[in-house]
Order: sequence, then C-alpha cells, then structure tokens
Amino acid sequence: MSRLTDANVALAREIIARYPKKKSALIPLVHLSQEQNGYVTEDAMRHVAELVDVTPAEVYGTASFYEMFRFEPTGKYLINICGTMSCALLGAHELMHHAEHTLGVKAGSTTPDGLITLQHAECQAACTEAPTLQVNYRHRYRVTADDFDHLVDDLRSGKLDSEIPPHGTLGRNRQHIPVDRAVGAVHPDDVTSGPVWLEVSPS
Amino acid sequence: MGTQSPYPWAPGFYPGDRPQVVTSRFQYEDAHTIERYHATGGYEGFRKALTMAPADVADEVKKSTLLGRGGAGFPAGTKWGFTPQGVWPRYLVVNGDESEPGTYKDRLLMECDPHQLIEGCLIACYAAGLSRCFLYIRGEMALAQERVAAALNDAYAAGYIGTDILGTNFSVDIVLHWGAGAYVVGEETALIESLEGERGMPRLKPPYFPAAIGLYGKPTIVNNVETLSNLPFIALNGSAAYTAIGTETSPGTRMIAVSGHVKRPGVYEIVNGSTTFRDLLFGDEFAQGMREGRELKCFVPGGGSAPWFLADQLDIPFEGRAAGSAGSMLGSGAVMVMDDTTDIPAAALTLVKFYAHESCGKCVPCREGGTWLYRIVERIVAGDGTDADLETILQVGQSICPGNMPHASSERLGLEAVPFPYKMTTICFVGPSAYVPIHSAMTLFPEEFESRITKREVRRLIPVSAAAAAGGGS
Amino acid sequence: MSDTVSAENDAPPVDPNAVAITVNGTPITAQKGELVIAAAERAGVYIPRFCYHPRMSSVGMCRQCMVEIDTGRGPMLQPSCMITVTPDMKVETDSPVAKRAQEGILELLLANHPLDCPVCDKGGECPLQDQAYTHGPGESRYVEAKRNYEKPIPISDHVLLDRERCILCDRCTRFADEVAGDKLIHFIHRGNLTQVNTFPDEPFASYFSGNVVQICPVGALTAKPYRFKARPWDLAQVESTCTTCSVGCRISVHSSRDQVLRHQGVDTGTDSVNWGWLCDRGRFNFEAIDADARLGEPLVRTESGHQPTTWAGALALAKQLIDGADSIGLIGGARSTNEGAFAWARLADALGIDHRDAQLGDGLPASVLGLPRATIDEAANATTVVLVGPDLKEELPVLYLRLRATAEQRRLRIIEVSPASTGMTRYAWRTVAYRPGSPSEVTKALGAADIAEQLAKGDVVVVAGRSNLAESETTAMSVLSAVLAAVPDAKILPALRRGNVVGALELGLAPTDSDHDALATLRRAADGSLDLLVLLGADPLDDCPDTDLARRALAGAGRIISIDTFPSASTRHADLVLPAASFAEQSGTTTNLEGRVTRVTQKVTAHGTSRPDWMIASELAALLGHDIGFASPEAGTALIARTVPAFAAATPAALDEHPAGVVTGPVTGALPAASSADAPPNGYDYRLVVSRKLYDGAVNTAMSPSLAPLAVGAAAHLHPADFDKVGLAEGTEVTLTSTTGSVVLPLHPNANVARGTVWAPFNQPGATVNELVDASAPVTDVRIERLS
Repeated sequence: MSRLTDANVALAREIIARYPKKKSALIPLVHLSQEQNGYVTEDAMRHVAELVDVTPAEVYGTASFYEMFRFEPTGKYLINICGTMSCALLGAHELMHHAEHTLGVKAGSTTPDGLITLQHAECQAACTEAPTLQVNYRHRYRVTADDFDHLVDDLRSGKLDSEIPPHGTLGRNRQHIPVDRAVGAVHPDDVTSGPVWLEVSPS
Repeated sequence: MGTQSPYPWAPGFYPGDRPQVVTSRFQYEDAHTIERYHATGGYEGFRKALTMAPADVADEVKKSTLLGRGGAGFPAGTKWGFTPQGVWPRYLVVNGDESEPGTYKDRLLMECDPHQLIEGCLIACYAAGLSRCFLYIRGEMALAQERVAAALNDAYAAGYIGTDILGTNFSVDIVLHWGAGAYVVGEETALIESLEGERGMPRLKPPYFPAAIGLYGKPTIVNNVETLSNLPFIALNGSAAYTAIGTETSPGTRMIAVSGHVKRPGVYEIVNGSTTFRDLLFGDEFAQGMREGRELKCFVPGGGSAPWFLADQLDIPFEGRAAGSAGSMLGSGAVMVMDDTTDIPAAALTLVKFYAHESCGKCVPCREGGTWLYRIVERIVAGDGTDADLETILQVGQSICPGNMPHASSERLGLEAVPFPYKMTTICFVGPSAYVPIHSAMTLFPEEFESRITKREVRRLIPVSAAAAAGGGS
Repeated sequence: MSDTVSAENDAPPVDPNAVAITVNGTPITAQKGELVIAAAERAGVYIPRFCYHPRMSSVGMCRQCMVEIDTGRGPMLQPSCMITVTPDMKVETDSPVAKRAQEGILELLLANHPLDCPVCDKGGECPLQDQAYTHGPGESRYVEAKRNYEKPIPISDHVLLDRERCILCDRCTRFADEVAGDKLIHFIHRGNLTQVNTFPDEPFASYFSGNVVQICPVGALTAKPYRFKARPWDLAQVESTCTTCSVGCRISVHSSRDQVLRHQGVDTGTDSVNWGWLCDRGRFNFEAIDADARLGEPLVRTESGHQPTTWAGALALAKQLIDGADSIGLIGGARSTNEGAFAWARLADALGIDHRDAQLGDGLPASVLGLPRATIDEAANATTVVLVGPDLKEELPVLYLRLRATAEQRRLRIIEVSPASTGMTRYAWRTVAYRPGSPSEVTKALGAADIAEQLAKGDVVVVAGRSNLAESETTAMSVLSAVLAAVPDAKILPALRRGNVVGALELGLAPTDSDHDALATLRRAADGSLDLLVLLGADPLDDCPDTDLARRALAGAGRIISIDTFPSASTRHADLVLPAASFAEQSGTTTNLEGRVTRVTQKVTAHGTSRPDWMIASELAALLGHDIGFASPEAGTALIARTVPAFAAATPAALDEHPAGVVTGPVTGALPAASSADAPPNGYDYRLVVSRKLYDGAVNTAMSPSLAPLAVGAAAHLHPADFDKVGLAEGTEVTLTSTTGSVVLPLHPNANVARGTVWAPFNQPGATVNELVDASAPVTDVRIERLS
C-alpha cells in the first residue's frame, strides 16, 4: 500500500489548505509519502498528483530534483557523512572510509539487514563541529571512528529509537494551525485590495 | 581542539564579551520555549510595533540600515520598499535554507531561538503589509523543523499569529514549509520556485525580481533567518540602539562561523564592520589561532563561493567593501581556514565538487561547465592531470566567468588583487562558484598544481589534510 | 479591393510604439515591449539561440544568445531573449566579449553532445550543427566521457527521445506545459544528470506531440513516421494549408521522389492561425496520400462488381446518368478546394440541381455563416468566449490550443455550454452542463448573476458548432439561439469541422433551406424519388449521424456517382466511382472557419489517374454542353474573387502577398427562428450524446498507419455513479436500444459524462453507434440492457 493512508490524506488536505495554490504542497506531500513508506513510490507520486491537481510527471519532475527524496527502498537509518570543505579538512574522507569498513558496504548502499543506508553528503551547516554526519537528518558532531562504531551499535540495539525516528519522518511533531486562529489561504488572483491594517492604523 | 561551547545545546557557539543582538538567549537551554521567551522580553518588540503605524515601523527598520544576511548584504528596509504600489497580495518568504559551505548560524537561530525569528516575521509582515508568511526551512534540519513547528503552534495558541492578532486588525498566517535538499534553493528566486512546488531552478532577473514578481507572480519579500531575527531588537530598542553597534556602513552585529584548522572553531556574534580576520582567526575570543605547531596557509573568507584569502589579507576588517576590493566577498558569514598541512588541489576539489553537484541544470555554463571542471580537477588530484588540463580549466572558467577573475593579492607571488565581483554567463552564482575555488587555488598556489602534474602521484585515498589523515597518504 | 488588404504594409507616419536602439552600431527601430533578440532579427542581425522560441515564454536557459547590452551603465553581458528594448539601448552581438561568451556556450553544449550527425535525422537542418559552424569555437577541448543513456526511447506513439543528444533547452517541456497543457514530459533529476522524460509508463499522449519534434533544436526528438525516410537536403517543400479540419493551419509539405514525407507547421507571424503548431492528426495523416487503397482509376458497376474503366468512358457514363435523371441530389464538397466546390456548384446551377449540401446533417444551418463572424485572434483576445459546440480539442485541435493558452493566462474567460465535459472544461471559467434538448436550462444558467456580469464585461465571441450528433439540427439550434439571446452583440466563430466546409457552403454548395439539405436529399433518395445521387467526397454511411437513413438512401437512390479518394462504405453502392486527387496533389485555395482564404499547393503527382474535383466538373460540364468558366485553379480563384462578393478580396495577387490568407467577410443575414421548447423524454433511461474524437474512422486517419491504431474504438460511457447502478464489470458488452435500433457496445465508466446521459464516440472502429439515431427526432434516448 503505497498510496497515502486515509489519515495521511486528511493531513495532506490540511497542508494543501495552507497554500494559495495547491501545487505548493507538492514537496510537503512527497515528504509525507516518504514518511509513510520509507521512500517515494510511483503510486505515491500518482496519489500526490491527484491531491494537488498536477500530472504524475510534474510530481516526479519536482521530487527528483531534491536529494532527500529517495526512489528506492532505503534503510531505516540513512547515514549521511558530510564531505564538503570544513569536514574534509578534518578527516571526513577518512571517516567515510571507516564507515564503509564498519558497515561492510560502500557509500550509496544499504546494509544487508536493511537497517542502514550509507551516503556521501554535502555541507550540513555544522562546519565548526567537523567532521559531522546525520542520521535521518539528526546531526552527530566531531565524529571519530569510535563515535561512529558506538552510533551503529546504538542504532542496532534500538537505543536511539526515541531520538531518531525511521527514515522519512522529518519531524516528530508538526505544525497545526488551529481552525479558529487561521487566516486561511486565498488564491493570489482573488486578492484585490491591500491588508486592512495598512489602511487604518491602531490608535 | 576538544573545546566545547559553554552551552552544549548550541554546539559551536561562543558568546564572548560582546553585544548580543540575536544570540542573547543562547545561554538558556530552554530558550526555544515560549515560556523562556516571554521571561526574556519576548514579543515585546512586536507588541511595541503594533502600537505604531506600519509605515513608522518600516521606517525604523530602514533607519537601522539592517543589512540582509543571506549573502548579498542589501539593506532590508530598502528592499521592502521595492514592492510596487497597489499590487496585492504581498508575501513574506523566510529563507531558512542555509547550506553555503562553511555557513552555520541560521540553523542555530532556528533551533535555539525560534520565537525570535517568528517575532521578526510578524514585525516584517505588519510593517510591509505582507499578508502571508512562508517559513522555508532546509529539509535536512530536522531539529530546526521541530523547534520551529512547536514554536509556531505555541505562538498561534498564544494569539501572536492568526486572525486579529492581540486584539488588533493585523492578521497573518505563518506557514512552516519543508525543503527537500537542494543547495541552489538558497537563491531567492529558486526558493520561490521550490515553494510553488517546482524544481528549485532560479528565475532570471530581470524580470523576476521577487519584490516585484515573486511568489505566484506577486510582490514578495525574501529575507534570511538572521536578518529577521534582528527585528525584535530593532523594534524594541529603536534603530539608534542598533546603529550604535557596528560601523556606519555595517551596523549591528552579525554571526560568523569559523571552521577548519583552527584551535577553537566556532560561531560568534561579532560587532559588524570593525572585527578583522586576524581577530577572528587568532583572537582569544574567537578561533584562538592555528592548531598547535601549524601555520596559516589560506582561508575562505565568505562561504564556499568566495575567492580565497592569504595571510596577506588578515588585517582586512570583516566588512563588505573592504573584502570586495581585496578580491573576495563576505557572503553568508563563513570562514574556512586551511593550515600548512592542506593539500590545496584536494581542498579545492571538495568545493568544485560541491557546486558541480549542486548545479540545478537550468543554464548551460553551470550544468556542463561545473561538471567538466570537477572532472578535470578530480583527475589532477588523482595525479592523472596534464598541462593542457590546467589551460582547459582556465578556458572553461572563462566560459562561465568571462573577463578578469577576482583574486587576492600575494606578496609571495607578486600578485596584485583583482577586486570582486566577476562577470558571469550563468543565471545565478552557483556556476561561477564552481570555478572560484579552483581559480583561487591555482592562482595562489600554482606550484601545487604543477607538481601534481609532473609527479603523477596516484593515491587511492585522497587525504585532504595530511595531519588529519590518520590512516593514509603522505 | 487589394488596396484594403495591403494597407497594413504601409508604414504609418509616427509609431507611438517605436523604440530607437542601436545594434552593432546601426540604428534600428524596435517595438515597445519587444525582446532584443527579436528586434535584432527583424533588423537582419541573427543572434544564435536554442531555448528561445517566439511563441513561448522566454526562459534564458541556454545562454547562447548572450550579447553586450549598454543601457547607459556600461556594457553588460545579458541574454538577449530576456531583455526588452529600452530607448537608446546599445546592443553589441559581435563584440569580443559577446563572441567569447557565445563560443564558450557552444563548446559547453557540444561537450556532452554525441558526434553522430551523419546518422542523425536532424543532420542538415540542425540548429546546433548550423550554429556550431557559424558561432562555435571550431574545436572542442572536451576529453571526458560523455553522458550515456539508452538510445532512443519512445515517449509517445509518434515520438522518440534520444537523451544523449538533448541539450535541455526546455522547448519540448515548455510546449507540453504552456502550449499544449499536457504536462506529461518534464525535466527529471538535477544538474548534469537532468534529463527530459515521462513518468514511468505514462507516455506523452498528447494530440500535439509532433510539435516537439519540429521545435527540438537538435536531433533528440524524432517522429516515427519520418525517421530515416530522407535527409533534409533531399527534401523539396512548398507552403500550403492543412485541410484536415476547418482551422486551416499553415504548413509546409515536404516530399522526396514524388512522395510526401512530412508536414511541418508554419508560423506566418502576424495574423497567423496556428502559430506554427499542428495537431498530430494533421501532421501525420500525409501517410494516407499514397496509401495502397487509394482509388487510382474510374470504376464502373458491372454484374461482377466494380470494374476499371477509362476516364473517357467514365465521363460518358456520367453524362448518360445525368441526362437520364429528372431529379439529382449533390452531397459533399467540403473536402474540395474552393475551386473544386465552386466548379461543382456552377455545374449544379447549370443542371438545375436544388438538392445540394456540403454538410451531412452533422453541422449547423449555413445561415450561421451569415452572422457577424469573429476571427481566431478575436476569439483568443475576447473578454469572454461562449463555447457551444463540439469538444474543440477533439475536432478543431489548434483552435483549442489558441483558446486554451489565453484562458490559462487568465486573459480570457471561457463559458462552456456542453452536455458533457470536454478537453476545454478544465480551462473553462464556468461550465453550463445541460441535458441535451433543454435550451431552457441554458437560458437559465446564462442568466445567473455572475455569468451575466461577465458577459456584460466586454467582447464576447460565441464559438458555435454541434456538440451532439444524437440530436436534430433543430435541437442544436435551439440551444445556440438560447445562447445568442443572452449575448445578442456577440460575434460568431463557426466550429464546423470539415476542412473546407465554409468555402463549399459559401461558394454555392449550401442548401437553400432545410427542405433541400443533405438529410432532405437522403430522405428523398430513400423514398425512391431521387434519380441520381452525386457524392462529392461524401460518405453518408460513415459520416451521416442517421445511419439508417443513409442506408435506405443509398439503397433507394436511382443511380449513384461517387467522386472520392478512397473506396468507402458508400462508394460500394455507386454505379460510377471517379478517383479524385487528394491533398498535396492539387493546387487551389481553401477557406477556414474564420472565412480566411489561403492557398493549398500541389507537391506530388496525383495518384493513378485521379483528377482534381474542379477538373472533373469542368470536363463533365463540357460534355453536357456547359462551361464552369475556368480552366485552371488559378483562373478559378480569380473567377471566385470576381463573382462571389464575399470573396472579392481573395484575389490571386492578394493571396500571393499574404501567405497567412485573406479573411473574407460574411454576407449579413439572420438565423431562422428556433424553438425554445425543451425536448420531452421518451421513456428511455439515458439521453444519448454522440461526438467525435480526434482519431476516428475518417478516411485520412484510417488510411494513415501511424494514426489508425489510435482510434479509441466504439463504446458506451456512463457517469461512474450510473455505471455502478448498472452493476457490470468495466468493458462488459451491453445492448443499447433506441426507438430507431439497437447496437452492442462495451460499457465504461467515465467521469466526463453527465449523470443520466450516455456518451459514445462517433465513427469509431466497431459497432456503429448511429444506428440509434433518428436525425429527425429532437433527441435520442436509449435503454441499456445486459446481453442475455
């Protein structure tokens, strides 16, 4: 079942309603499908296309532009090791070499048990804490070879389950705009006048 | 190394004894909660703004000369004024897609003090008549997403966002938007494309200046996270208090990340304009100098896209014009430092690779030229380069950046500086950024390339820094 | 009259839109809002380009058109396709900096482009190849491995994509998006790995897919019907007009060795009908021209069936049949040139034939052509278009493109009045879905406040045609009248489908009244009171909505003469079959739905001994002692201009001067009063809607191997809720029964069909849905039953 579940369709509609044009919800909805399925499936893209009223080719065209979307089964944990300058200056290549050795797979592949996918990554905005990596986009700083091995042990033992949700889940919480507080999205062409607070300033 | 921030929840942050405009709450582990925010003057600037006419708030921001922190350094208040008269709606898009190599500050601001950012958004929307705000956060920042989502939920519940805010007729929604991994989306028009559900490919300016033709073709203000985080201070304390910090052309503070081969890599809120690179790299309050026994070789002064500086440039202040005439730029506030163990071609390769990889593919010079450069440099680093390759790099570079290429002066080489900026055949700066590092490296360290070619070294593992490479290399 | 049509060429004294700029030191006059690349081109300076296309939005992606532009702040390197002219702008297209940029881009474009020009279909007409010679650096330094993709992959029924050759200019994808609205091809992946592709297993199934082949600036996109057939330098070409439907797209016909090998769209610039675009049906149905099944010699009915005869024998027999007939009916002419239709009208006049009609009971009364008529440009630029007629996407595809584009840009609001959803529904501002035969519903809907307000806002054009072939012409007119009553000042764009139907009707093949139209003629034949039926390119058995009537007519007619290009269901009944020259085999003029007269041009020798319609009429007239008045198509064109007031401006000289054509004026008239009463239901469950699909049994489609398989096939479609009520599996065959007859069709759910109606495509392979239709009944109601 890789179309969105009923619960996720409800969530999708809540997200779509926040945008003046439906297509703006495309990327958040593809995230949602990846959260549900662990990766982005063709059926899910078709479903997202229906929901935001575009063609599946448009969904694929947009989604395939972005690196976080994976189109094949991915480990429960995606480990991205940064290799850009600051991390490279402080041993990122060596860390990757070690990681490949520890996991027994090359960068770009998944461990045979399907638990961990290892990847090269670019700058993760933690340059002062080099070398860094991310597990499902949660940072680990100044990672030594030992740190890496401990991390893998902890992932395997489930010790980090509460801290690091499975691949695809972006946040452990979500924004919810309360109905009674929401201003609501209006199609841009249907707005003809300026905001009221510009007209009359409060006394 | 081994030094840690006094605040483990703000990794890399060191406060020092300097004015704190945007990092004042980093000392609290719970700074991200609305309770702490309230307890530390939170939303007071916004409340004060609501008592003023929107135009007066906008004027105050304009008088503060707050410079955009995204890289271009344009005055924020002036930018708001570029929206065409009488065209509605207008949107605010927050650029939280920080991903320039070496840059690390917006993420901290979002993780540690999300309400400050939200308050900044509210002030901007109120002042500039922006009726909907989209907070675009880089997808790979899970914690920032969570913190901002929680803060938005709390701020809605507390009545700061939504309809008839705090009993006034000011109403705005702030929508948290997840990015999905593409460096180029940090460019404002690409960010807008992405927010419209499209591939994040930059639009052309002209005619697509966001202030005139932005999100959904409507006037749109795109501001960086750090820029907006300054607004609560300005609204609460007035522009005079803000301009009292920093210099006339660069008022206030800005956040700088210093990374690489220094004793204490870190993120610092510095006084704008007056701090020199020597202060940043060697000052006790800052990076505290090179690693033990090592010497400075060169540094990247303004994020991965900036031409490199040498020790010759250490006394230049961290200020846009000074950096520009010295042959580089400040960009997004990121300094990456290389010591004498650094293999220059290999270090340059990491950046060439980055920009080639991050090309959106829209325009030809970047799509084809970036990857071409990457392949050549990769070959040179592997020891398989030829003399013709060095010439080809310059020729491909000319196809991306025709004319004189900016670079620093070097006493050692007898080089005069060529000032910033470069000309470009590309739509945005990603293409040139693939050429900049290799051009800097070849210009400032020609011997490292020549030796690479004559020696024909071939190594399986390519250590960028010999000292860090515990297991391999020379 | 020729003065009036050439007036637009006279330079006006002062142009308020003129902008003075300098290109390479030469002062030129550009137009306000014009792009630098276009202004320079008009002044004779060609700036190299790949992504720029004048009929699509500029994207500035390929960077090939970089030039130095100085607006007073010093020269800046800028893409000339993105910059609009400003006064005193100085443009340098050839300066060292501009040249270096252009050469650099070309080298980068060629970096990953395979050097397979000798085996590439585009070789010889390739913008990349050409500009590499004229603006390139001469040699490449690229020594890396090139991008590698699987060689051509099919992306649609007609189009193949070679991703290695693709330079990612966004032309095809932009076309799919902004012109066709079929966003089925897209950039996929990113950066250096970007490619154009479809979603997996969802082909670029667009009616307009062939256009992407034409606009591809490299050999990445090729069309199956043309692949490896010829090299560009072996092709000869002439400009002509597509007569597949009545839009009248300008095309160039390309042939080699006396065989037509492809059609390309032509953009005549100002006043262009099709902006260079074509539908796939018009683009690829050239295959029918030399199909094996073509009629190549006259056939005469004998006891052992049709036997070949000589033209002399055939014409003598024709004279004999005509001489022996007291009552003659002439149906057809819409597939002829103006000259062919005119010649036959003159012959019919001479013979005193009152029963004549260029339509087949499937259009509207010719009086519609007397109403103030709009051009396509006027419709596209109107404030509101009321669409009351066929599914334009299926019947008049390029008109659909033109209207869709402006509706999508929100410059035009379309109010669609239709019994079923159409290709345009998605772009319509409002849709008035009415039950066939219920003009009162239309009147009421158009009176709604928001619609009335919109209709009062500005120019209104009514696109008027036939939305349902399972109702009478009277019923169709009652709905059109209801619309016209709401917008009395509107102009009309007649949406009649056949290629030259407007020309044929206006040049003398229109019935005087409904007692002499095609249906009346067929009824008379069926009664046994018509001695001779002449079918001029008409096939009533396949094309008349009332199949039963057509069958009885062909059986009851005394004698039948058929003039046609292919054997058809109807030619089988003919006593004499005369082979007609087809498109590209004859010259002359044609008239499109706007009344625009353009030239059609012969490119290849007519098949066998087939002859143009005008010549057959001329020779027959001579045998019968009459004279049609001209002995060449050119003389026919001139005679039409001299003698038919509406065509006075369409002189040969004017047509030479205006390749985009000369729009003829309508003769003012009024519509006959139409009933406004709703048709009562007749007790059956579902009301039948029958309409055309682009690919159907039309002879030029059915005889084109690339198109014939695309016909959807006969079927009945129900709204999903109704379908569920029937309770059968999708595709199950059911019996549909009307008061007239019954047919067996597979049943499908279809969300485009309104509740309570059943929709069936017309003239599709399989069962003949029109067995159900009685053309004299206001509407057709049917019952759906399971097969026992």
